Amino acid sequence: MAKVKSLADLRKMKEDLQSKVHLREKGDNYENLVQVKVGMGTSGIASGAKEVFNFFVDELEKRSIEGVVTQTGDMGYNFAEPTIEVTIPGKEPIVFGNVDMKKADQIIESYIKNGELVEGILPENYDKIDNK
Amino acid sequence: MAKYSMHILVCGGTGCRAAQGLAITESLKKEIDENNLNDTVQVIETGCFGFCEKGPIVKIMPDNTFYVQVKPEDTKEIIAEHVIKGRKVERLLFVDPDKKEKVSDSKHMGFYRKQLRIALRNCGFIDPENIEEYIGREGYEALGRCLTEMKPQDVIKIIKDSGLRGRGGGGFPTGLKWEIASKNHADQKYVVCNADEGDPGAFMDRSILEGDPHSILEAMTICGYATAATKGLVYIRAEYPLAIKRLQVAIKQARESGLLGKDILGSGFDFDVELRFGAGAFVCGEETALIHSMEGERGEPTVKPPFPAESGYWGKPTNVNNVETFANIPVILIKGATWFRSIGTEKSPGTKVFALAGKINNVGLIEVPMGITLREVIFEIGGGIKDGKKFKAVQTGGPSGGCLTTKHLDTPIEFDTLIAAGSMMGSGGMIVVDEDDCMVSVAKFYLEFTVEESCGKCAPCRIGNKRLHEVLTKICNGNGTREDLELLDNMSRVIKDTALCGLGQTSPNPVLSTLDNFYDEYLEHVDDKKCRAGVCKSLMQYVIQPDNCVGCTACARVCPVGAITGERKGIHFIDQSLCIKCGACIEKCKFNAIFIQ
Amino acid sequence: MDFVKLIIDNKQVEVPAGTTIYKAAHQLGIEIPVLCYMNLEHMNIENKPAGCRICVVEVEGRRNLAPSCSTDVVEGMVVRTNTMRVLNARRTVLEFILSDHPKDCLVCPKSGNCELQDLAVKMGVRKIHNEEISQMSSYRVDYSPSIIRDLDKCVMCRRCETMCNDVQTVGALHAVNRGFMSVVAPAFEMDLVKSTCTYCGQCVAVCPTGALAEVDNTPQLIRALSDTKKTVIVQTAPAVRAALGEEFGYPAGTSVTGKMVAALRRLGFDYVFDTDFAADLTIMEEGTELLGRLEKHLKGEPVKLPILTSCCPSWVNFFEQQYPDMLDIPSTARSPQQMFGAIAKTYFADKINVKREDLIVVSIMPCLAKKYECQREEFKTDGNPDVDYSISTRELAHLIKEANMDLRNMPDEDFDNPLGESTGAGVIFGTTGGVIEAAVRTAYEVFTKKKLEKVDFQQLRGMEGIRSASVDIDGFELKIGIAHGLGNARKLLEDIRAGKSEYHAIEIMACPGGCVGGGGQPLHHGHSEILQKRAAALYREDAEKPIRKSHDNPMIIELYEKFLGHPMSEKAHHLLHTHYVDKATVIKTIE
Repeated sequence: MAKVKSLADLRKMKEDLQSKVHLREKGDNYENLVQVKVGMGTSGIASGAKEVFNFFVDELEKRSIEGVVTQTGDMGYNFAEPTIEVTIPGKEPIVFGNVDMKKADQIIESYIKNGELVEGILPENYDKIDNK
Repeated sequence: MAKYSMHILVCGGTGCRAAQGLAITESLKKEIDENNLNDTVQVIETGCFGFCEKGPIVKIMPDNTFYVQVKPEDTKEIIAEHVIKGRKVERLLFVDPDKKEKVSDSKHMGFYRKQLRIALRNCGFIDPENIEEYIGREGYEALGRCLTEMKPQDVIKIIKDSGLRGRGGGGFPTGLKWEIASKNHADQKYVVCNADEGDPGAFMDRSILEGDPHSILEAMTICGYATAATKGLVYIRAEYPLAIKRLQVAIKQARESGLLGKDILGSGFDFDVELRFGAGAFVCGEETALIHSMEGERGEPTVKPPFPAESGYWGKPTNVNNVETFANIPVILIKGATWFRSIGTEKSPGTKVFALAGKINNVGLIEVPMGITLREVIFEIGGGIKDGKKFKAVQTGGPSGGCLTTKHLDTPIEFDTLIAAGSMMGSGGMIVVDEDDCMVSVAKFYLEFTVEESCGKCAPCRIGNKRLHEVLTKICNGNGTREDLELLDNMSRVIKDTALCGLGQTSPNPVLSTLDNFYDEYLEHVDDKKCRAGVCKSLMQYVIQPDNCVGCTACARVCPVGAITGERKGIHFIDQSLCIKCGACIEKCKFNAIFIQ
Repeated sequence: MDFVKLIIDNKQVEVPAGTTIYKAAHQLGIEIPVLCYMNLEHMNIENKPAGCRICVVEVEGRRNLAPSCSTDVVEGMVVRTNTMRVLNARRTVLEFILSDHPKDCLVCPKSGNCELQDLAVKMGVRKIHNEEISQMSSYRVDYSPSIIRDLDKCVMCRRCETMCNDVQTVGALHAVNRGFMSVVAPAFEMDLVKSTCTYCGQCVAVCPTGALAEVDNTPQLIRALSDTKKTVIVQTAPAVRAALGEEFGYPAGTSVTGKMVAALRRLGFDYVFDTDFAADLTIMEEGTELLGRLEKHLKGEPVKLPILTSCCPSWVNFFEQQYPDMLDIPSTARSPQQMFGAIAKTYFADKINVKREDLIVVSIMPCLAKKYECQREEFKTDGNPDVDYSISTRELAHLIKEANMDLRNMPDEDFDNPLGESTGAGVIFGTTGGVIEAAVRTAYEVFTKKKLEKVDFQQLRGMEGIRSASVDIDGFELKIGIAHGLGNARKLLEDIRAGKSEYHAIEIMACPGGCVGGGGQPLHHGHSEILQKRAAALYREDAEKPIRKSHDNPMIIELYEKFLGHPMSEKAHHLLHTHYVDKATVIKTIE
C-alpha cells in the first residue's frame, strides 16, 4: 500500500476504499435503504435476471441511490420473469414482473426516486420472501 | 478489481476459531471457487461478533443474515442455497427463545437489540488484517484531523469534555490523565496500552485487539500527539497469540502506510508502537506493576505517587490506558464530545463492554450504553438464566468486584453506582450465578484466584487473602464458627484498608459483598452445617428414606466404602462417618429411597 | 527549599517538601512502628518498598490508610497515627505476618534481637487465629560457609534485596515466586554457594528477623577450648574492639580493647593476639608490592596500575566472580586474618614448640566472609587450615554473656606477645580509608627514606562512598581512590576496565563504612550513625598509640629478621601471598 502523506491523501484514499466496506454498511442499515431483490431461479436467470441484477447494482450506485440489491430464489411468477421485489423504507414491498433494462431504468427513475408506481406490478398473492 | 455483490463475514475471534472457524472460512472459499463466484462473493474473516454462545457465526451481507453455530459442513448449503439461489438456510438461523421464531437479522435478536457498539464498532465488521477496510471506515481520519487541524491541548479538551473514563477498572477521567502526562516535560515520554486483561472470563480487550487493532494504534498515536510522546508500547499477555499476530500485522501495515513512524501525514510528528509481552500475571494490569514488568523487573506495584504520568517507564512520563479506553478515542474525536456525552449517563458517558458469563443463556461479549440496568443486561441481552433456574447474584468487576443481588437488578450500571452497591465496574466481567450456586463457595472461588495472583509484595494481600481463603474453606467444610464470620469481616476490611495496590484493596470485595447480601447462607453453613445449594460436599448427607427402602441391597453393594448396611428386605442405613458422598447409591436406587440432605 | 505545614496527631509541624509522613512524625517525637522500612541515613541507603504495611496511618480525605514510610507530606495534610482504625489495621496485619512466621523464637538466632519480636511485644499480639488451619510458606534451610538462610522467617521486607542489589550490586538475592510463597532468594532458589554471593553479610546485618543469620561457630570453639590437648590462640580484628561494647550497654563508639582481651583470656584462650599485628604485616607486603609497581611505572616499564587492596575477603570474592579478567590487578597479599594464621601455624608454633595440628587458631571478626575465607583451599596445609574458626563480634558477645561475664566488670589487659604487638596503622584497618592511610604512612618513609612528620591523612577519611585524594610523596603525586560498598567498588572497577582510571592505588572494602560496618558486627537496626562512631573510636585508638607506622612495629621487624627475611621474600611469598580464581567460570561449570 502506498504511503499516506497527508490528511487530504487519507480522505481521498478513504473515498476509494469505502466501497470495500460499503456493502456491509448498507447491509447493516438495510431497513432504511431501498431494497431490491431479484428472483434468480432457473427461469429468472434464463430470461435475463442476472443482467437485471447487475444493472441494479451498477445503476443505483451511479445514480447515488443508497440501496441494497440481493438475489433471491424463484418467486413463483414464471410467466413474468425476470421478477423483482422493491422495498422502499416505510412502504410495503412491491413486485414487478417482466423487468428488462428499460423497465428497470423506469423503476429506478419513477418508483425508487419519486415513489410513482409504474406498470407491471404483480398482485399480492404471494408470501413475502422472508416469510417463506 | 472484482465487484462483490455479497460479503460473507466469518467470525475469526479466538472463541469461534477454536470452534472450527478457520475450517469454515476455508470451506466457504473452496465452495465459492468451485461455483465460480470469486468475482461476486467475498469471504472476510472478522473479529468477534460477541454472541459467543451461538458461535461460530457467519453473517451474510448485504441482506444481513446471521447464521449461528455453523459447522464447516454447512458451508456447501450456504453457498448453494443462500448465495446461489437466494434462499436462507433456515436451520442455521437463530431461534428466538421466547417467541420460538427464527430471526435472521441480528438487530432483532434480544442479544443485540439493546447493544450499542462504539468500542466494538469494527469487530465483526471489518477484516482486522486489512488496513484498507479500516481506512474505508473512516479509520485514521481522527488522527489526521488531530495532526493537521488541532493542537495537542484541543485534543485533550475534547477528551476531557467527552467525560470518557478509564475502562480498565479505575474509571479515572482519561482526558485528565492525558493532561497530567502532557504537562510533565521530559526528553522522552511514552504511551502504554494496557492489554494485560486478566479477569477470569473477560475477553473484551482481546476481542478489540483481534477485531480492530488499527483503532488502538490510531488512538495511541493520537494520545502520543496530545501528550508529546513519541513511543508507544502495547503490554499484551503472551497467551493472546491471535491478538498479538493481528497487532503485528496492523503495526506493519500502519508503518508501510506512513501512519506510524516518522512525520506522520506530513505533520512532522513521529510516533511508533512496539509490543511488550506479559506472562499473564493479573497484578500486571496495575499500571506501576505493568511498567516494572516492561522494564524487566519483577511485576509488582509500587506506591503512587509518583504516578506513571510523572515517572513511569524508565522514569519518564508515561500515559497508560486500557485497550477499551483507547478504542473509544477515534470515534469521540470524529463525532465530538457532545455526541459521546449524549450516550450513557452524566457521570459515566458512553458505553461499556461486558463479558457475560456464568449461568446465563447468552454468554458472550456485549457493549451497552452506561446506565442500562443489570436486569436489562441479564434478562434481555443475556436471555435470562440457563435452564429456567432462579437468578441469585451477578458478580461484576471480576475477582475484585462484588456480588450484586436481586435488589440491585434495577440499578443503572455506571462506575459510581456499582461502587456504591459494593461492587465495581472493573474491566467488565459479569458472571451470573443461580440458585444452584453456594455464595460462600463463590467467594472462595474468587479468593482462590486472588491468592494465586497476588504478587506477594505487601503483607495484607500476600498473607491476608490466603487466610481469608482458609477461613472460607473451613466454613465450606462445615467447621466454621460465628467467630470466623467476624474474623472474615475484620480481615477483609483491614486488607482493603492497608493493601498496597488495587489488587489487594479490592480482593476482599467478594467476601464482603457476599457477607452483606447472603449472610443467611453463611449462617446456615456455620450454625446448621447446611449448604442450601448443595455445593459444599462436606455439608451434604446421603440419607435413606425408610418408607421407600425395600431392602434390595443394591445401594449397599455399589457403595465403594461399605458405608451402607442393612438386611435383605430390611431398611438400609448409611453410616455418615464412612460415606464419601460419591453419589453411587443414589444412582443405583430404583425406589427413590435415597436423598441428599 | 519549600516547606510544608501539616498536622500530625493534632500537632502542627513544618517540614521540607518531599519529606515523608514517617520522618515528619519523627520530628515531632512520634515514633511510628515500622518493619520493612530502613533508612541508613549516613550511608544514603533507604529501603521503603511499603510492603509490610505496619507503618500505616490515617490521612484525612484519603480512602484507605497510607504507608507513612513512603507517603510524602502535602500542605495542610491532617494525619493521625494512632486512631483505633490504625491500631486495628496494624495489629491485624502483624497477626497476618506472625501467622506465616515460625514460633520457634526460643531457638532462633535473632531471639532477643528481632524487630518482628519487638513489634509483637509492642502490639501485644496474644493469639494467631485459626492457627491450626493456617498454612505456612515453608522452605528448606540453606547453609553456606558464612550465612544461613531460613526463609520460613522471611517477611519480605526486601532490606536484604536492597543491600545485595542496590548497595552491593552483587545481585545474589531477589524476590522469587509469587503471592503467598514469595521470598527473597537467589535466582531459581539456588543455594547461596552457587550464587554470586560474596558473603559480605550486609543482608544479615539488616534482616529484621531470623531469616538471615551467621553460621554459628561457637559450638566448635567451645569444644576446642575444652580440649586440654590443644593450644588455642585467638586474634581479634581491629573493628571488633570498637563495636563489642555495644552488646554490653556501652554507647556506640566505645573502644573496649583491654576488656575484650581480658574476657578472651578468661574464656580460656592460651594466647590472646591481635589481628592488628597482621595488619602491620600486610602493610609491609602490600606496601612493598605497591612501591615495586610504582618504581616500574616511574621507569616507564609496563605494569598493572592501580593496585587494589586485597584484605577484604568479600571484595576478593566479588572481583573473582565479577571481574575475572582483572585478577592480576589486586595485590597478591593475603588478608591480615590469613597472614596471622600462616605466621601463627609456622613461626609461632615453632616458637612455642606445638605441632601444627595441635594449635587451634581462632579469629574474632566483624565479618561473615571471613568464615568462608578461612575455609579456602589456598589457606590450608595438608588439609589443616591456617585459621580454624572465625567468630563474629556478635558470636563473641554471646559467648562472653553465656560464660557469666560482663565486659563492664573486666579489667583492661594487654595482648600477648609476639603476635599481639601492633601500631596505630594496624588499628585503622577497621574503617574505610584506614588501610590505604596505613600504607601511605609506610610507603612514604620507605620511598623517600625520610621521616613522615604528620601521620594523619584527613583527606583519606570520611564516609563518602567513593573518595579520592592525592598524597605528595616527595614530589611524586600518589593518586589514591577509596571505595566502600561493592556498588561503589564496581564504579571504580568499570573505570579501570575502560582504561579511564587515573589512580595508582585503590582501597576497597565491601561493607559500607568498612569493617566497622561488617556483617558480623552488633546489629545497628538502622542507626547508621553508629558506624561513624565506631570509626571515630578506631582513629582515637590510633592517635593514642605510641607507634603509628607499621614498619616501626618491633615485632614485625623481628619477624622479618628472624623468619621471613624481607618483604616479598620467597618465604613471605609462600606464606603471605595468594592467587585468585576465576569464579565466574567456576560457577558456570557448576551449572
